[in-house]
Amino acid sequence: MTPGSNVETKTAALRPRANTETAALPQRLHGLRALAGHRAIWPLLALALILAVDGAISPGFFNVRIVEGRLFGNLIDILYRAMPTAVVALGMAVVIGTKGIDLSVGSVIAIVGAVITWRIHSGDPHLVVLMAALAVGVLCGLWNGFLVAVLDIQPIIATLILMVSGRGIGLMINLLYGGTNPSFTSPLLQGLSVGHIGLVPTRIILGAAIFGALWLLIRRTALGLFLESVGGNSAAADLAGINARLIKYAAYVICGFCAAWAGVVLAADTHTSDPVSIGLYIELDAILAVVIGGGSLSGGRIYLGMTVLGALIIQALTTSILTSGLPPEYNLVVKAFVVIVVLLLQSDNLRAALSKGFTGRKR
Amino acid sequence: MLGVSKAFPGVRALDCVDFRVQAGEVHALMGENGAGKSTLIKIMTGAVRRDEGEIRIDGRPVEINSPGEARALGVGTVYQEVNLIPTMSVTRNLTLGRQPRRFGLISWRTARSLARERLKRLRIDIDVERPLGSFSLAVQQLVAIARALEDDTRVLVLDEPTASLDADEAELLFQIVRDLKGRGIAIVFITHFLDQVYKIADRISVLRNGRLVGEGATAELPRLKLISLMLGRELEETEERLEALPHGAKGEPILLAEGLGRRRVMAPFDLTLRPGEVVGLAGLLGSGRTEVAKLIFGAIRPDSGRIEVGGARIASHSPGQSLRHGMAFCPEDRKAEGIFAELSVRENIVLGLQTKRGWLSRLSYSEQERLAQEMIEALGIATPDADKPVGQLSGGNQQKVVLARSLVSGPSILILDEPTRGIDVGAHAEIVTLIRKLCAEGLALLVASSELDELIAVSDRIAVLRDRRMIGEIGSGDVTRETIIRTIAGARS
Repeated sequence: MTPGSNVETKTAALRPRANTETAALPQRLHGLRALAGHRAIWPLLALALILAVDGAISPGFFNVRIVEGRLFGNLIDILYRAMPTAVVALGMAVVIGTKGIDLSVGSVIAIVGAVITWRIHSGDPHLVVLMAALAVGVLCGLWNGFLVAVLDIQPIIATLILMVSGRGIGLMINLLYGGTNPSFTSPLLQGLSVGHIGLVPTRIILGAAIFGALWLLIRRTALGLFLESVGGNSAAADLAGINARLIKYAAYVICGFCAAWAGVVLAADTHTSDPVSIGLYIELDAILAVVIGGGSLSGGRIYLGMTVLGALIIQALTTSILTSGLPPEYNLVVKAFVVIVVLLLQSDNLRAALSKGFTGRKR
Repeated sequence: MLGVSKAFPGVRALDCVDFRVQAGEVHALMGENGAGKSTLIKIMTGAVRRDEGEIRIDGRPVEINSPGEARALGVGTVYQEVNLIPTMSVTRNLTLGRQPRRFGLISWRTARSLARERLKRLRIDIDVERPLGSFSLAVQQLVAIARALEDDTRVLVLDEPTASLDADEAELLFQIVRDLKGRGIAIVFITHFLDQVYKIADRISVLRNGRLVGEGATAELPRLKLISLMLGRELEETEERLEALPHGAKGEPILLAEGLGRRRVMAPFDLTLRPGEVVGLAGLLGSGRTEVAKLIFGAIRPDSGRIEVGGARIASHSPGQSLRHGMAFCPEDRKAEGIFAELSVRENIVLGLQTKRGWLSRLSYSEQERLAQEMIEALGIATPDADKPVGQLSGGNQQKVVLARSLVSGPSILILDEPTRGIDVGAHAEIVTLIRKLCAEGLALLVASSELDELIAVSDRIAVLRDRRMIGEIGSGDVTRETIIRTIAGARS
């Protein structure tokens, strides 16, 4: 918060004042304004509002109990269910930061699920299966990266190819072991997905670990700066000596890895390979999470934390519609409505219009 | 007889300009960037409305308010970029928007014969069913002309038709232009290639800063006079040579380019740079200044020649390689190629050093902050703090940020393409001072600029370009406005 407020006060101090009344306002208001200007505030408010509404209509919504040696409650449930989408959205945020998009994440999940089942049926050690699953995700990322960075195909088309073919590939992999009984059990994989370490569900811990690792990779090396440069102005990045092709490759590989992780969690959760419906429309939720988190599809900025927040908002909405007793048929439309509100709150144009009306009324 | 004249102040893009074109002549419209050529053309073709003045065709005042009206009045245009659709067949391109219909449906058979007929007028015989993109640029250009030519076309405007053509292709185009001229069509020809003007044009009009500064028959307007008109100085003006610069260190060349070039972009050229030396690239717009700069930096991949830096040959030439060899480049078009508008001033600046270091050894935040502050102070970048997105700064300050980025890597060779474009006078002086200081410390500098005075002020030697060819080098002591203009004009006057 401090750097943000600094910027705000300094610019405010430098700008000539339109009227003396505002100049006389106490310093505290600047702080408030800085707070309102910070990009995290609107999504946070939205999340708080959704949760508050939940708390109001269903008492005990915030209760967190310990059942069978693990945490249990609506808040934990939101985190738990949001995790696969959140991790996919993290990868998506990186790709979108380079002015790209990856529509194939859902299909990558389907392929990963099929590969897991196939290898387990072939009797591979489960750790090897896990590695193979993640490697498949990386491979998918390399493919997308090849289409986008080397062949220079527009990202939306390039990743559409795998999006369409991926679920078919999953079904074909199912055929490799007969495909009659695509269910499996694996203590290791199910442990990663539905198990818990101490009181906390494992997938939340792993999701946090992936978030941490990605943050280190992006923000503690110069990779993030390079990714954002390529997304912001590819021609300028080239002239600045950045290998834009390699950077785009990296983005799609990261995204593929994240999708593969979500694939492991989701496939283990359902104990089966179901390429037709696993992770269906997850790419849309992931893109939505990035956008709610303030990421622009025109690229140039990556907000990891905000993206997770976006995924949480989406899941909180779904959960609260279910717990509120509203028929689940309302789910999608209510979701769309709330998303529009969050996006409007972030719109610079709308905010400018609102604040104009505000100061106008004050005079 | 057909005369177009118009005048209009207001936007100042054009200030009371008279422009007359006669039937059956090729009239070259000349001028540097921003002289008002495009505005004039756009008014003529109905893309922009004039504020004042009048347009007459055959002595009769007319109103041209839209491209359609222009066409109806017999004014056809071929714009700079071929504005046809390369994936569509030649037929479709030629009949788009006016397809012959039969029972409300498009009759492709009629369309095809129509297309062939149009092309026959230009004596071109090609397969009209093939997609336009499968033909050479020259043919595409001719198709564009065929599209612009109606039966009743009186005036044909060709905006830089030869920009992407090689010599043979241009010759083909000229034959057709001469042919059209013979049929009594008036042709307005815009180009930056001087040779072509003297090859094809009957009359020349010169614009500068929105004013008509000269008009006359080509025979009466020698090159020297034409260039002086375009650049806006008379040669008779007193030559004030700025105080000679204290350039000492010469020694071994730090950069050596031999036969560097790329087909259709720039004819092969040689260039050397020594530590502490400033070499200027002079030439009119479109003469290849930017191309030379980019070829040397590897931003345009050369297809011939070799380049050595500090005695070591750069094998696979790319901006990244150049950077690691101690080169830095400051591009001309800061919006398209320079700034990252969403990124902060700090990020924009440190990127110059960070790319050199690679992605693994990230500059720490405090290091970044220190470098950025250093540059902000050294160049006088007006920003409240280093975290402000560069897109929110003024143009001049953005230019300084781009310069800061190229300096922060500590280069031994700096390439500046139009370093002072869009910068106010004070900042201009600061930048020139800084350049001199760096050269005194042994930096070798290559400056491409359209401002002759600026080049003369800073350069030890000037390489002169014309029509994408390096046509001469003017050594130290001989760098004056007159020698440069004479060289551009082709050493005759």
